[in-house]
Amino acid sequence: MAMAALRREGRRFAGSITAPRPMPDIRSALISEEQVPLGVRSISTQIVRNRMKSVRNIQKITKAMKMVAASKLRAIQTRAENSRGLWQPFTALLGDTPGVEVKKNVIVTISSDKGPEKEVKYVILGEKAKAQLMRDSKKDIELCITELQKNPLNYTQVAVLADDILKNVEFDALRIVFNKFQSVVAFLPTMSTVLSPEVVEREAEAGGTLGALDSYEIEGGETKGEILQNLAEFQFSCVMFNAVLENACSEQGARMSAMDSSSRNAGDMLDRLTIFYNRTRQASITTELIEIISGASALEG
Amino acid sequence: MFRQASRLLSRSIAHQQPTKTKVAARAFSTDVSATPTEDSPFAQSWKKVIPHIDAPKTPSSYMKPRPPTASAIPTKLTVNFVLPYASQLSEKEVDMIIVPATTGQMGVLPGHVPTIAELKPGVMTVHEGTDVSKYFVSSGFAFIHANSVADVIAVEAVPVDHLDSNLVQKGLAEFTQKLGSASTDLEKAEAQIGVDVYSAMNSALTG
Repeated sequence: MAMAALRREGRRFAGSITAPRPMPDIRSALISEEQVPLGVRSISTQIVRNRMKSVRNIQKITKAMKMVAASKLRAIQTRAENSRGLWQPFTALLGDTPGVEVKKNVIVTISSDKGPEKEVKYVILGEKAKAQLMRDSKKDIELCITELQKNPLNYTQVAVLADDILKNVEFDALRIVFNKFQSVVAFLPTMSTVLSPEVVEREAEAGGTLGALDSYEIEGGETKGEILQNLAEFQFSCVMFNAVLENACSEQGARMSAMDSSSRNAGDMLDRLTIFYNRTRQASITTELIEIISGASALEG
Repeated sequence: MFRQASRLLSRSIAHQQPTKTKVAARAFSTDVSATPTEDSPFAQSWKKVIPHIDAPKTPSSYMKPRPPTASAIPTKLTVNFVLPYASQLSEKEVDMIIVPATTGQMGVLPGHVPTIAELKPGVMTVHEGTDVSKYFVSSGFAFIHANSVADVIAVEAVPVDHLDSNLVQKGLAEFTQKLGSASTDLEKAEAQIGVDVYSAMNSALTG
């Protein structure tokens, strides 16, 4: 009875002879497309071995990509955390007004490469957002900047960028949208608002979070308007710098966790294939033994 | 007996915090209400348009709260000196700072009136007791708030001892020459900026 069971197992692995037999899930998933040629009695483990090799290669590649992303993340994470102090004084002075009602909104979206009378214009940094926003807001895109991370990010580069944007785009409120890096697996979409000097004046008169602005004395020979202009531009470049760094961190973190989960998946697949491979091999050995033994016993008696 | 104890314990805790179900666990983020005060109009209008996605966070949710304006003048000034690539001083309690505002060196003591000052290239001094640290800042802004917190934001800053006087002299000579030979307004402006910075560095080293 044990022999019969083993023989049955051997025949199950021999594959295509009775093709439409319902195979258990794992085996059909693993070798559904490859068929053993008809009439072959020895069981081929070649197919499984090839598949194992390819899965192992994939695992190596994803592990390497994970290492690369992890090292880039480490480098840029310290810089992002150091730059976090940069925008805090501005928020302390000018408050945070995400719900401000303005006529000209400009949304600066930062991504990776890889309204009653409201106008909304977009400035896009990065290929991904470009692809998305081209689909529905093609005419609203003012500027599109890509390949930000070719050279390591620094403040000068972002300042030039900010200057460009400020020169070419008219705005009442600039909203910078980016992913803030909280941890390797958690990124929070964040929106920072930078108001143009006129809106700042308007909101200061209206009261609310900016109402205290009037109590601040302006030091210097320039008028309040000029100082506010410089302040708004400086604020924009600082906030953009922090935003770009945080976004780069989030991107590397996402890449690292994606690669990690895919290498783990490849590892699981490899384990299952190894078990299947061993069973196939053992079954073919058993079949041969059985044949030899039954042949020998037939000869004897 | 132990069942009674645990029931009494859970009842007493549930009495204090009716939303939490676990006894000794931290609150789930979904249980704790979002920052109730500030984001109301924005969050509400967001929810009206896109209810199923959370509203994006705003910078105020990441900030540490600042101390309120004290009624009496505090004894120390809290300084935050930030640069794009580092926070040089973060919430440091000092006696006085002197910042190079466009109108000249401005001293800031605790209880200074709230001010917004634009900075020009120059030396910033931090006095803490008998310690004096000097930094050469390129330019930036200084905010002094009513609660005796001073924020100085500069684009670049180096301790004055790191400046090399030879290079400063060379740079000054070079830019003075460029200023002389500049033709367009842009070149003149750039050369002037260079001259300003280098002469400020010079006086920082000598003065």
